Amino acid sequence: MHLLKDDSAADRLSNPALAERVRAQEFAAELASSMDHLDQLEAQSIYIFREAFARLKKIALLWSLGKDSNVMIWLARKAFFGKMPFPALHVDTGKKFPEMYRFRDHYGKEWDLDLRVEPCPPIDAVDPTLPPAARSAARKTEGLKMALAKYGFDGLIAGIRRDEEATRAKERVFSPRGLEGNWDVRDQPPEFWDHFNASPPQGAHLRIHPILHWTEADIWAYTKRENIPIIPLYLAKNGKRYRSLGDQDITNPVASNASNIDEILIELEQTKVPERSGRALDHETEDAFERLRVAGYL
Amino acid sequence: MNMIVTSASPGTPNGTTRPQVRIVIVGHVDHGKSTLVGRLLHETGSLPEGKLEMLKAVSARRGMPFEWSFLLDALQTERDQGITIDTTQIRFRTNSRDIVLIDAPGHAEFLRNMITGASQADGAVLIIDALEGVRDQTRRHGYLLHLLGVKQVAVVVNKMDRVDFSAARFKDISDEISAHLNGLGVTPTAVIPISARDGDGVAMRTDRISWYKGPTVVEALDHLEPARPLEALALRLPVQAIYKFDDRRIVAGRIESGSLIAGDEIVIMPAGKIAKIKTVESWPMTPVAGRQGAGRSVGITLDRELFIERGDIIAHAGSAPRETRRLRARIFWLHDKPLAKGDQLLVRCGPKESRATVVAIEKAVDPGELSSSENKAIGRNHVGEIDISLSNPIATDPYTENPRTGRLVIEVSGRIAGGGLVLSVDAGQRAVPVDIVPVESALRSDERSARYRHNGAVVWLTGLPASGKSTLARALERRLFTNGGSPILLDGDTLRAGLNSDLGFSATDRSENIRRLAEVATHLARNGHIAIVAAVSPAREDRAAARRIADTAFREIHVATPAEVCEERDPKGHYKKARAGALASFTGIGNDYEKPEAAELVIDTSKRTVAEAADEIEQMLKASGVLFDELVDLAANI
Repeated sequence: MHLLKDDSAADRLSNPALAERVRAQEFAAELASSMDHLDQLEAQSIYIFREAFARLKKIALLWSLGKDSNVMIWLARKAFFGKMPFPALHVDTGKKFPEMYRFRDHYGKEWDLDLRVEPCPPIDAVDPTLPPAARSAARKTEGLKMALAKYGFDGLIAGIRRDEEATRAKERVFSPRGLEGNWDVRDQPPEFWDHFNASPPQGAHLRIHPILHWTEADIWAYTKRENIPIIPLYLAKNGKRYRSLGDQDITNPVASNASNIDEILIELEQTKVPERSGRALDHETEDAFERLRVAGYL
Repeated sequence: MNMIVTSASPGTPNGTTRPQVRIVIVGHVDHGKSTLVGRLLHETGSLPEGKLEMLKAVSARRGMPFEWSFLLDALQTERDQGITIDTTQIRFRTNSRDIVLIDAPGHAEFLRNMITGASQADGAVLIIDALEGVRDQTRRHGYLLHLLGVKQVAVVVNKMDRVDFSAARFKDISDEISAHLNGLGVTPTAVIPISARDGDGVAMRTDRISWYKGPTVVEALDHLEPARPLEALALRLPVQAIYKFDDRRIVAGRIESGSLIAGDEIVIMPAGKIAKIKTVESWPMTPVAGRQGAGRSVGITLDRELFIERGDIIAHAGSAPRETRRLRARIFWLHDKPLAKGDQLLVRCGPKESRATVVAIEKAVDPGELSSSENKAIGRNHVGEIDISLSNPIATDPYTENPRTGRLVIEVSGRIAGGGLVLSVDAGQRAVPVDIVPVESALRSDERSARYRHNGAVVWLTGLPASGKSTLARALERRLFTNGGSPILLDGDTLRAGLNSDLGFSATDRSENIRRLAEVATHLARNGHIAIVAAVSPAREDRAAARRIADTAFREIHVATPAEVCEERDPKGHYKKARAGALASFTGIGNDYEKPEAAELVIDTSKRTVAEAADEIEQMLKASGVLFDELVDLAANI
């Protein structure tokens, strides 16, 4: 009752409109502190998941087995009250770490996922003008296109974030792709507030990015708060850990002593090293990553 | 290029306790947005080590002088063209804020990107070149900030070095832009003279701008507040979906304003159905106790089974949004083809969508122009106020009452082509297609009622097959006619033989059958007749739709003869056929008849004679002002 002067208590009884307003103020005061930064991120992601599920016909979540897509699955289960009502698609290069495959097989069952594992074509089938690591990643793009053709998904949920790489900063939440899966960065429709463009042309698909607005630190803080399982490769062993997990042959660990999530968070506070620094493909040429994304890479 | 970077100022672990503020930097092309961002990153100690040197080296390699804006030109295509294409998000810290900086492009081609960026912003910096002054895109961006609801706007007058740091020049620009923004209802939080290239006014008040006493850009950013969820406003929970993954029926959505808690009595708009919140569901723990406030994505269950669909709005009784088929909106238009009167569109108001027709263009101006010359159509990158008619009723609020629900977007061919604010809502207005001009009757309604001694009405008899609807309808028809009235019988089966012969018995066809009956009946009622409709009309939703069409003329009578009695009567042999499996989708032997909850009259024909029942109906029609009791009443009515 600190919101009202004492002498207005009588008014409140006699004036229903005033009483209503005071009640609203009291609720606001009680609630204002209750939603923290992670709560806000979570609520927004859940909103995006529900929009995608409501507005598209056939969607799947791209499960790379990494920290970001695990958070996504968690958020999807929150959005749909326990069970993710669409498939988890793992486009498998066959070159992941054994720990990642173990994680997939274990949590695919434990989380009751409709898991679809799809292979990638042999490396010979991929654009030979690309630098080696980019070529390897482009192979994954081909695998993705094959999976798209096989199932006819009109929406793919991907765990990219704006903060991890500059070209990803230019993404929309609902990002239309061309018939070939390509991304036209110059011709993206506007997103007014939380209104998304969810009508892909016949035969094309949309990428949906429910955690686009999260940061690497947000992912870890949320993983800790929600107790989401992670692959142990993220934690330091002998002075090294992986900040980002890709294929074995094109992903390197970074120097780190962070052996638990709290220590990772402290490390992120202090580091000036980019998250994807261990990803060889980002460093090959200035535009390799953008060329890949225009072609449909995540 | 990666920009999650730390600053000289200490932060707290996780960055969760410092307010995070999202900022968009807007303004005319080449007025120095990217330069300011580059300078801000430098001044707040946010650049990764070696970044500046690396960029200077890249510039030298390309044979160009170093520019601060290179920091942001992440894409090679951008560097080639010398313009920023899209919003990038960059983070840095001031003393007390975590700033997420959305750099918005100034090029007119990229307004849709500016909108996407500014839609998510808590505050904005509007940048103006001191030499060029306020330009068309400055005004346009100012307008968009108003339209998108960005309230905190700091104006910076850049390139003061080009005007010799003239206080007079600064004042001219400051006055002009302040007047423009004030006219839009936006009050700038500060107007700051700066040189982004040299650093004056960005983090320091230098000697060259010693005449300026206000905050620096960094200080202004440090005072911005994150947008607060609208918890103090009335509850608005737009329904995103209804989930039935298990035995729960969960209504899911995000609370846009207000708050809710289990036990609340709610109303579902636009249909106006009432229910109570049984539980607030969640995962992994459920149900959750406590009040849920604006900004939360929630799922609730209700104490009764109601037909709810995506786009409905859940509110508290007494503070529900208005239902309408007509509204006025102020919109920004982005499509190549101008928006004109008569255009057919798709309108989205939250998760609700409706086809719509532009009834009128009330204002159409280029917000970039100084003098607003009015146009008949709203051109690309122009704004206008439009009157639109919706094919489905929606529930919404004017944006002045609720900035979250009072927003809409317009789609053309599946792409967002414009968006804006709901200015006003015409409650109860029916949709009027623009090219149809109804011809009014030559007779006034009081002329008719003087002759018939009754007002027009729709008497709607609903009930199981063989409950006695047609018998009652015929008796009522005879009695009203004998008394000099003008009753007209509309029997569901009879109309199915002609007008509705194209309809079957699917749920959709049944709804359409009812809609047509209601439209015909309402037309008769408007012309003074009493339309007596006898139709099973099992779906509560369909009858609610009929009531909406007939409005105050509607009188619902539930012929509530017990099911066993109906089946025993079976004059048309339908029950027997249905029991034998020969009559699919027959209402009666299943549980598919939804009883009315608030009929004007309930009659059980197994307990009354036909004459007694007709008496009751007559009484009800008198009591509710359809039939005139005395000649005195008639006199009062004229």
